[in-house]
Amino acid sequence: MDQHNGSNKKFGMVIDLDKCTGCGACMVACMAENNVPVREDETNKMLSLHWMRVYRLTNGKPFPQSEECFLPRPCQHCEGHHGHSPCVSVCPATATDYDMHTGIVSQIPTRCFGCRYCMAACPYHVRQFNWWDPVWPDGMERMLNPNVSVRMRGIVEKCSFCYHRYQIAKDKAYAEGRRELQEGEYQTACTQACPAGAILFGDLNNPKHAVARIAQPDPAREGKSRNPNAFRLLERLGTNPKIYYLSTREWVRKAGDTEVRKPEKA
Amino acid sequence: MDSALIPNGVKRCSIGQFAVWIAINGAILLWGVWALLLIYFKGLNQTNMTNAYGFALWIWADLAVIALGGGAFFTGLLRYIIGKDELKHIINYAVLIGFVCYSSALLILAIDVGQPLRAWFIFWHANVHSMLTEVAFCLTCYFGVLTIEYIPLILENRQLNRVPFFHHLAHNMHHIMALFAATGAFLSFFHQGSLGGVTGVLYGRPFGFRTGLLVWPWTFFLYTWSAAACGPCFTIFITRITEMATGKKLVKDNVIDLLAKIAGWMLATYMVAKIIDTWYWAAVTAPSMGFTLMDFYSNNPGSAYGIWILIAEILVCGVLPAVLLLMPSLRRNPSVLFAAVTLAVLGACLNRWVMVLQMQAAPVLSFEPWFTYFPSWQEVATTILPVAYGVILISLSYRYLPIFPQEPELNPIEGGK
Amino acid sequence: MFPFSFEWVWDMGHIVFHGGLWYALSILGMGMTYCIIKAVYDTVKSKDGGHGSGHH
Repeated sequence: MDQHNGSNKKFGMVIDLDKCTGCGACMVACMAENNVPVREDETNKMLSLHWMRVYRLTNGKPFPQSEECFLPRPCQHCEGHHGHSPCVSVCPATATDYDMHTGIVSQIPTRCFGCRYCMAACPYHVRQFNWWDPVWPDGMERMLNPNVSVRMRGIVEKCSFCYHRYQIAKDKAYAEGRRELQEGEYQTACTQACPAGAILFGDLNNPKHAVARIAQPDPAREGKSRNPNAFRLLERLGTNPKIYYLSTREWVRKAGDTEVRKPEKA
Repeated sequence: MDSALIPNGVKRCSIGQFAVWIAINGAILLWGVWALLLIYFKGLNQTNMTNAYGFALWIWADLAVIALGGGAFFTGLLRYIIGKDELKHIINYAVLIGFVCYSSALLILAIDVGQPLRAWFIFWHANVHSMLTEVAFCLTCYFGVLTIEYIPLILENRQLNRVPFFHHLAHNMHHIMALFAATGAFLSFFHQGSLGGVTGVLYGRPFGFRTGLLVWPWTFFLYTWSAAACGPCFTIFITRITEMATGKKLVKDNVIDLLAKIAGWMLATYMVAKIIDTWYWAAVTAPSMGFTLMDFYSNNPGSAYGIWILIAEILVCGVLPAVLLLMPSLRRNPSVLFAAVTLAVLGACLNRWVMVLQMQAAPVLSFEPWFTYFPSWQEVATTILPVAYGVILISLSYRYLPIFPQEPELNPIEGGK
Repeated sequence: MFPFSFEWVWDMGHIVFHGGLWYALSILGMGMTYCIIKAVYDTVKSKDGGHGSGHH
């Protein structure tokens, strides 16, 4: 299965928060692409499944200084130190893995037995539990994506950077006798769905890719961005995530890290 | 009716009275079983856990009973390896309490996992770098040790002991018990520690994260230490409760006094380590991750997690009982002793509660709120289930097995039935 | 658990973990085997010799 060709990739995202309008198209696209079930009552977001979730941040100031910002949050695919992401090493059943060839944190739904230790480990609440068995409204099961298995109740799931799309793109490239993918050949569903073009996806190790040009990760400082407008969520914890957020607004950048804790609320 | 099964030289209540007692606890147990079946058939949506509270009442109960069940390994270590011979009069009961605690922990874990039918994956697909894997293996192995330690007690039942093979088996097992006890202490050191490591390694959770030695965070050592301190306190606590329930003195004062003194020293040294750890975490570890101590103790709903919780754990349920247990004049007063061991037991429970629940309640992302949780009745019932089971097993063992070697001497009966 | 798992990679952790685990399991297994075999022997012997318990 290892089609690794020597150059390690590090897939990641750049999300421009100044462009995000909070429309939620990324969430819908993600759910449709990855067969994420919905329930009739989704009021409690901590019981819902959202591989991609859009948070609403405010600067906490009264009108007319009040500002808000929408922050889309997929799995941060943390690398930690040398692939020691917060959730991977804790899994007792090896149901999750950090792939050094792609930088993707995988989740094996059929291996997970639902101990939820990874959920306790993830500071981003990216890992979510199937509290119920999925129930599809009549006819909707015909809309399911055949490339992604549906999950049963009692296990944890999370964003995979649409890994099945990577596999399909690689298969196609190999069939055509190529070993390298073009930037546009592997894109996540949320990236393609964003009408504002706020989400960019690509290989952070490849200087030709837009994400690498914008995020400018510094390998000497565990991928910290050299772009003054870029930040990563909770960078100080050492999680070394691969989602870079952009904003020209200082309060937004501060809300992302723990360095300066402000009373911004969702 | 069952007099042939009751050990020689002791008096027990009538079978009718005993049946009523078992029936009451049996009813509570069945309530728990009903909740358990609901959870098995309908899933974990029967609980009030959420994606923010993946660990909740059950994991706390698990950590708490394992800490309190630590009395078995530590008393065994003192009796068989260090050679505190007086403790032979309480080791049976320590083993029984440990057996109840560990079987309860395994039961709760079996309810807690989302896919119980896949629970064996933890062994088959074991990730040896996970603290939970170490817990699962050591816990299961140590439960095996406790079973091995409990079997000779069962075989010493008056009727079973008449079977020559059982008689010899019990005798032989007693003969090499030091070997089993040493293995149990080895296993306990690791799984008690790994339970501490469960939260200690979570570097994405600044409330729980601790630095440490090699792969072991400081909580690894603190948990083992606190189990060795509070486990014997729980043994004394349950012994006293049993004495109150039966209206008899079952263990001589010098035995209890020795165990209480050792527990006091363990608790005192544990508190020194715990205070240093708390200080280092508050002054160095958490600030290095962008948090101040009061970030973890303020602005939460109803001040459920106010600074009072730290004071309660360290001073009221830690330093105070340690002082009470260390002063001979105080610990020899039965009421003071009971208060001290109760506080120590509460302290261990509070520590586990904080490390499991507050760790998840405290927000890490600046734009998320504190998360709240209150258990559902199904969670409560399945947590009370093991308590009822424990009461039943202890009652049966007390009635039919020679658990307390000093009982006939302390409670002589005429005729010596 | 076993080296034939597809994702298995030998490292120091496996050696320490499995070393400790099998050490403990062997002691328990051998201890219990000894107790059972000796109990069978003692039982047979006590039957032969009429009665004979607790000779330690």
